[in-house]
This record gives sequence, C-alpha cells and structure tokens, in this order.
Amino acid sequence: MAGALTTLGADNIPIAAGVVTQQFVTMRLGSQLFGISVMAVRDVMRRQQIAAVPLAPAVIAGSLNLRGRIVTAIDMRVRLGLPTYPVPEKVMKVVVEYQHELFALMVDAVGDVLALPMSRFEKVPSNMDANWRSVAAGVFKLEKELLVILDVASVIDQLTREVA
Amino acid sequence: MDDLIGEFITETSESLAVLDLELVKLEQNPNDQGILGNIFRLVHTIKGTCGFLGLPRLESVAHAGENVLGKIRDGEIIVTPDAISIVLEAIDRIKELISYLSDNGSEPEGEDGDLKKRLNAFADSNGASGAGVASAAPAASADPAPEEMMAPGEPKAEAPFTPDVMDELERAFASASSTIEGGMDFSRAPDTFMVAEQEPEPAAPVVAPISVPAAKPAISDQAKEKAIKQGLDTDAKEGAGGGANQSIRVNIDVLENLMQMVGELVLTRNQLLQVVRHRDDRELKAPLQQLSQITSELQDSVMKTRMQPIGNAWSKFPRLIRDLSNELAKKIELKMIGESTELDRQLLEMIKDPLTHMVRNSCDHGLEQPADRVAAGKPATGTVTLSAFHEGGHIIIEITDDGRGLNIDRIKQKIVEKNLATESEIEQMSDDQLMQYIFKAGFSTAEKVTSVSGRGVGMDVVRTNIEKIGGTVSLTSKMGKGSTFHIKIPLTLAIVSVLLVECSGQKFAIPQINVVELVRTGADSEYKVENINNASVLRLRDTLMPLIRLRDILQLPEQEAASADPAKPTDSYVVIVRIGSTDFGLVIDKVFDTEEIVVKPVSRLLGEFDVYSGNTILGDGSVIMILDPNGLAKSLGGRDSGAATTDASAAAKAEKLTNFLVFRAGEGAPKAVPLELVSRLEVIDAKTVEHSGHEAVVQYRGDLMRLNVLPETTIPTEGEFDVVVFTYDGRTIGLVVEEIVDIIEAPLAIKLSTTEEYYLGSLVIAGKTTDVVDVGYLLKGLVDDFSHQAPLAPAAKGTKLLVVEDSMFFLKLIVPFLEHAGYQVTSATSGTKALDIIAATPTTFDVVITDIEMPEIDGFELTSRLRTDSRYTNTPIFAFTSTVSEAFKERGTKAGMTGLILKTDREALAVAIAGALQKIEEMA
Repeated sequence: MAGALTTLGADNIPIAAGVVTQQFVTMRLGSQLFGISVMAVRDVMRRQQIAAVPLAPAVIAGSLNLRGRIVTAIDMRVRLGLPTYPVPEKVMKVVVEYQHELFALMVDAVGDVLALPMSRFEKVPSNMDANWRSVAAGVFKLEKELLVILDVASVIDQLTREVA
Repeated sequence: MDDLIGEFITETSESLAVLDLELVKLEQNPNDQGILGNIFRLVHTIKGTCGFLGLPRLESVAHAGENVLGKIRDGEIIVTPDAISIVLEAIDRIKELISYLSDNGSEPEGEDGDLKKRLNAFADSNGASGAGVASAAPAASADPAPEEMMAPGEPKAEAPFTPDVMDELERAFASASSTIEGGMDFSRAPDTFMVAEQEPEPAAPVVAPISVPAAKPAISDQAKEKAIKQGLDTDAKEGAGGGANQSIRVNIDVLENLMQMVGELVLTRNQLLQVVRHRDDRELKAPLQQLSQITSELQDSVMKTRMQPIGNAWSKFPRLIRDLSNELAKKIELKMIGESTELDRQLLEMIKDPLTHMVRNSCDHGLEQPADRVAAGKPATGTVTLSAFHEGGHIIIEITDDGRGLNIDRIKQKIVEKNLATESEIEQMSDDQLMQYIFKAGFSTAEKVTSVSGRGVGMDVVRTNIEKIGGTVSLTSKMGKGSTFHIKIPLTLAIVSVLLVECSGQKFAIPQINVVELVRTGADSEYKVENINNASVLRLRDTLMPLIRLRDILQLPEQEAASADPAKPTDSYVVIVRIGSTDFGLVIDKVFDTEEIVVKPVSRLLGEFDVYSGNTILGDGSVIMILDPNGLAKSLGGRDSGAATTDASAAAKAEKLTNFLVFRAGEGAPKAVPLELVSRLEVIDAKTVEHSGHEAVVQYRGDLMRLNVLPETTIPTEGEFDVVVFTYDGRTIGLVVEEIVDIIEAPLAIKLSTTEEYYLGSLVIAGKTTDVVDVGYLLKGLVDDFSHQAPLAPAAKGTKLLVVEDSMFFLKLIVPFLEHAGYQVTSATSGTKALDIIAATPTTFDVVITDIEMPEIDGFELTSRLRTDSRYTNTPIFAFTSTVSEAFKERGTKAGMTGLILKTDREALAVAIAGALQKIEEMA
C-alpha cells in the first residue's frame, strides 16, 4: 500500500519485473496535465464538503470524511502558485495514501487513465517551470502535450517540513 | 527476521519479566519450593531453546544461571540476597543479549566469561564466594564447563563453628553421600569439599574437613528426590493449563485493524441513526435499533481486548524497589493494591515511565534513611504503596510513601529563588497550592542530585506526559508523614466524551474531563463579561475568571449576527475549563451536547498546532477538530496566578482578587487604593478650593469636603486636578492626586509596612510595586476633627473584642478604630486561628466580630461552632461583611449571629457593639 507511493519518489516509478507499460490517472491543473500511477490512487471524490481547519496555512484546505477515515485536503493550486480554482464546485479530489495517512489532492478535473510505456518515461526537463519541477518525478511526452508525473511523496514531505 | 526467532524473543522477554518478579518473591520467601521450581523451569527452558536455535552466548549464560539455581533447588545453596543478586545478574545479561538479538537479528560479538566464571564459582562454592567478587582463580579456564571441578584449597581450621558453618557442613555431607540420577548436571566428586579458590572473604564461612556430628538429620536421598519430583509435578500441572486461564496469542496488528473497523462501524451506525431520526420508517427503525444494540456490544467487547490489568505496568517495580533498597541503603517495602484494575493497553504503555519516575522519587527523596526513621518514631522499613481503582470512567492511581513529606519552607524558598512568584504572593497561597510548584520545570528541592532519580526535573515531564493522555496528576503531602501522588486518567484514549461547541459557525469538541461548568453570559444573564484594561474577565461567584475568546485564538471571522458594539455584547457562552490547577473561561457562541467520539490523530501536516489534540467524525459525517485545553491555556500567559484552584478539594479555594484604583501622587512608586472604598472620582477647579485654618476644603454636594494630600503632594493652585472621593461614616473626604492611571486587578497580598503612616504597605500590581494608601489613616483624622459624639462609652475599659478577618487591609481599618474607642482588641486572620485562640485563652471575649467570607471556615461556620461552646452561647457575635443580602441574613440568624453590619459603615458597628454590651449590662 504505502510501498506503491514511496517508489514514486525521486527517480523510481514502481516497475515490477517485466512490466512494460504503466497506467496513470491523468488530471488537470490550469493548463498542465499531470498524472499519478493508478496503483497509488485510492479514490476520486467530487462533491465532498471540506471542513476548514482554523489556523492551518492556505495550502491545507481542510479535512474530509471518506468512509469513516479523515482525509487532509491539499490545495494544489496554492501549492503551485496558481490562481484559485475557476469553478470551486467542480473541484475534484484525488485521494492518495502516504505513510498510513490519506490525502486529497485538489485538481480542476480528472481525465482518462492512460497506459504508457515506461521506455518513454523521461527525466524532468530543465526548462520546466520551477513550481512544477519541485513536484515532478518525471515526464511523458504525449502527442499533444507534456504529461508531468507527480511525485506525491515529495509534495507531502515538503509540506510537512514547511508546517513544522 | 526468522519467525521462530521472533517468537522466541517475545516468549523469552515475557519469561524474563516473570523471572524478575519471581526472584524478588523468592528472596522474600526463601523456602517456597513452588517459586523456586517455576524459576528453575523458566531458566531451563530458555537455555534449552537457545541451544536449539543456535544461540551459543545466550545458552551458556542461561546454563551458568541454571547452575546456581540447580544448587539452590538441591539445597546446597541457601537463598540469600547474594544468591538472588547473582542470578539477577545473569537474567540482566540475558535481557541485554535478547535486546541486541531483537534489533540486529543475531547475537552480539563477545564473551560473558567474567559473569559465567562468577556464577560457576558461586555455584561451586555453594554460595560461599561473594557474588560480586571477580574470580582470580588461575585454575579456571576462560570458558568454564559446568562440570569443572575445583581443587580443594587449604582448609582453615581456625574458623569458629557458627550455625552457618553447621548448615554448610550438613549440606556438604548430604551432597557427598548422594548420587542423583535423572540427568541433573550438578554432580560433584563425592568426597572432596569445595572451597573458594580466591582470597577468602572475611564474612564467608570457611568449611573445614572435620567431621562433626550433624545437629539435624541429614536430608536423605529419598527426601531430595521427592522434592525434585514435586517440582517437576508442579511444572507439569502448570503446563497443562487445566481450563482456568485459557488464552491465545494474537498479533497486535490484527487487533488494531479490528478496532479500526469497529470504530468505523460505530460511526456509520451513528450516521444511520441520524438519517432515520428524520424519517418515520417503521420498518427500518426496528432492525436498525437491533443493529445499534449489537454494534454497541461489539464495541464494548473489542474495547475489552485493549484492556490490560495495571499490574502489567507494575510488574517491574518489585525488582526496582529491591535494587533501589540496595543502592540507597534504605529498607523499602512495596505494597500493591488493585493490580487487576484494567486500562487501555496504549495508556498502560504511556504511564509506565511516569509511574517509574514517581516511585523512584518516593524512594530517593521521600523515604528517609532507616536511622532517621527510627529516630522519628517510624518503623525502619519505609513503605511505598501503589494503588489503583476505577472511578466513574477513569482510573485513579495513587503512589503513597510514608516518608518525610514535602518541606513547605524549602518549597517557598525555591519558588522565590527561581522567581516563580513573589514573597507576598506566596503568603497568600495555601500549602496545597505551594506543593503544585514541584511540577514546574527546573524545580527541585532535592538536596543532592542522585543518580537514582536524577535532577528531579522529571516532574514537569511526568505531568506533561500524563496530561498528554488526557489525565491529571496532583500531589498531597504532610511534612513528616509522607506524600501521595494522585493520578487520574481516562479509561481509554480511543473513545472520549466531549462537549460540542460552536464558534463562528464552526463546530469544535472539548474533552469533557476538562469541562467544569457552563455559563451563559449576556444582557439578561446575571453573569456578565467585564473588561478591565482590555482583558476580559467573568465574575463567577467569588472568583474572577480570566477569559479567552476562541474566536481570537483560532482567528475566526466575526459572526454577522453579532452586534459590532462591544458595549452591548450579545449572548455568548463561557465554558469553564480546568487543566491541572488552572481554571479559565473559553468564550464561544453556542453549546451543543456531550457526545462520545472516536479520537483520530491530526494529520502530520497539522501536528504543530498545540490547540488541537485530535479530530473526529460526527454522526452527521462532518469532520471537526478537538481542542486541547493545554494549548488554549498558553494564550493566558502569565495570568495563571489569577484563578488557581486546588485539585484535591472539591471546594474551590478562590484567591481574593481585588480591583485597585492606581494613581500618581508625588514622586516615586505609583499609589493605589481598593476600588471598593472609592465613592467617586472628581475633577476640582483650583479656584473653588477654600482654606479654613490650615485645611483645604471645597464645597461638595452641599457639604464641605476636606482635601487631603499625601506626603510630597501639594494642592495645585490653578487649573483643574483629580480628586479621589471617599465616603465613610456619612462623611466625605477627598484625596488629591496628580493622575489617575488605571483600574487593575491584583490579589490582595500587601507587604505591610509599619513605619509609614499614610500607607498600609506595598503591593505588586501589574508588575510594579505600588504603595497602598491607608484610607483608614486618612479618615482617622476626620474622626478626630469632627469630635464625634460617639455613643461609644468606653464603659468597661478592657472590654475584650475578638476580630476575625482574613484581609489584613480591613483589619488595619477597623482595629485602630476600635482600639481608639477603648476596646481591647485581639485579631485573628482566619476562623481556625480564632478557634485556636479561643481554645488557648482562659479569658473569654465579650464581643466577637467576624468577616463572613474567609477560607477554611467561613463566618457562619465559626459562629455555629462558637455557639456550641458554653462560654460563647450568649456572646454578641457580629458579622462585619462587604455584602449584606437576605440570604446572608437568614444564614446569619440560623448560625446564631447577633447581627450583620456592612464593612463600609464603621459607625453602625460601633453602635451595634455598644448596644449589645449595654444589653448585657442590663441583663446582668
């Protein structure tokens, strides 16, 4: 469980021996498409109410209830320095688990699940926007655009350090 | 790690814990074969398993230990503290090795040659060699095999034949003549005596190979065999587990998972109940009710799996006490009561360390040396008693010692040294309040820092750790008699009772254990929030409660409905919260009900906020934060001297906070008077001041008001100036001041000065030393001036009055007045002191005047008690009080008071006394 995510760290994508393609859930934030390994995504929530936590920094939008477990919602637009969500009611929350805790990453929209060949997985390009670079594990060059693979563990670790 | 090794480690760790206990028990009951058999069997098992698993170091240490135990079982070694100590050493070494094995998966490098040598030497010499002596015998090899024989040394014939020696001889004879079958490996050559090779200890009895007729019959072979067989039999019985205590091992993760799921089941059940509440679905209600019932039962049962007897946390203590006794050279006995009291496994883990610390403390600092104890008339052996019991959803643990108790004077000294409070503040505190200071960081009244209990700074950590789990700890002590720590912790961490409140439209939870009271404040409520110098307080009965607004702490937005005008506050609620010995009020908008909730830890991203202790999901599915009273209290800052209460007593011992009017008059320190005495503040135009004689007066409300000045102040000749007006005895007097500073609250703790006429003394108000003006002195002049026809016939010169008043200020106000009138006045600063004085003096007082609101015994209580004293059945007793209400009048009559008089009306008092005395004269 937690293992699936931790290997999405700095340079590794979970690749079982002999796996050639990996499936990724794609999602959009602003104009950028990014993805998370399908094995790391627990759930996708849409209309859940987020309960704000007083005193928490803006990047932590609040808490949610997912089948009896508390999920901490992370405002990815704040994290990436983007303007606020255009349609707040349509914000989707992608739930991941990291070290026994649940987090919901707030995105504009969730797209298709893509199966991509690992041979095409590349390192983060040096000319990428600094904000994105800090959260990316790597990229796939798709036909029409760049797909940034999110380094979830890194995002959460960084946030933990900042808040402490 | 190997599953097998893992299991071995778990089982062996348990066995080692049991061995600790059993060995200490054996020391106290040296002849108990059952205990001995159990010990032997456990060590034997460990040895065997180690051998099987290929753990040579462990095996050989266990083997050496078993060696000694075997000899004990055989009767060749008697159970002495030395014997127990050396076996415990072996157990400790095994513990170390197991610990290393657990961390690293294999045994550590190295040898235990020294320990094994000593163990074997001990065994071979039948306990004659001192347990702590390192063997110097050249004959012993580095890795002694248990069967190694030691050559007999020179017998020393001069040793006298003490009873010890007789026993030794007897055993030597007995073992010499026996050959035991059955694979026991403590065989020895039949006809040589084993003597210690090393330098003989002066204390060790030396055995000489002289035949002596045995004083008692030698233990026969058969008897020995029987004894051994018995041991084996009991082993067999224990192994069978005859149906009484059946248990199985369950992996902790499995249980945790189960608990988690049951928790979610409970939440879902709550949600369902909420939904159904709003519907009227008959068909659904019945099965849902059933489901709810079953869920509750399931929850209870699963909770039980988490419960463990507190004895498990105490299991290390017998050994600890034994070791401490030796280290400290004190005699200490440990009593444990209520070991079977159960509490949550997690909590058990968390209190182990605090408990250990407190026990060490008691042994080290609490209990005296045996000689001192005897000198004090106590038994030489000190007792530490641990007791535990349930009380309403909590478990109460008490650690009592019958030692020297806390030295209040030393504590006072330390408090002043460490600048935790001023001397005047200390005077106002009760002993109980002073004792709570030992929980402050850095506080230690220990004379010496010992290695046993360290610097004593642990008490603040102890308190923090206990409060972290939602508990409280306090201390009571009697100097010379002993001390007791009282710990109260909730039965379980997981499910907690909370009070739900709302602020700015958001709901929060406050643990019920910290909630003392709920107060509604507002326009039509009798309780009002007052603002003194930007600090909000609530006047609650006789205390002034500092307030914190939740809205401010959490930086929540204002409610739209609330009026923006602070002068007209809308209704709000104040939750009186208690943590440790501090109370404060938390201002919120709404209160809901109390609920039981499952506590979930806050996200790691929110861990740093000390106002939150967790979060939870309510029945309606919403997530709310649980507030941590400790975190909230931090914003009180230095205010915690404000509303301190003691835990132990039910009645709140309120510290008298008084409002002072602070002003400037002349150079030097600011001045103050109690606000209560001030009638009003006026601004006087210098032009209206007239001079009559050498006095300055001013026309005031149709009367002439004399203007007083304090030394070093002059009345300004032009412009306007401030005057503080006092009305007393129907007359007014004005005090000219330079500037009114503020109205500030402070405890009435005046450091009295006897030299200054105009001043009562000084007091610390808001951190500044302030001189308190003696209003009585100001007014005394007034009384003289107006040459008053006092109906005070100093008739019976020497009429004795007893004045009971806990406020020095008021004492200073009325005593001079009464003495001036010719009475002989004795004062007492509390009801108890008054009773003491009365008991001690043969002469009776003619009149008693008492305040009502005093600590310990109030005026009513004092009166009732006095009335039972034959000397005081008819004595006039007056209450001299700041409030006179119907309720008070009733209580006064009931208690037997003659009358109630307002403090501000001294004349009335004088009249009353005179009147009463006259009546008595008439009656006489």
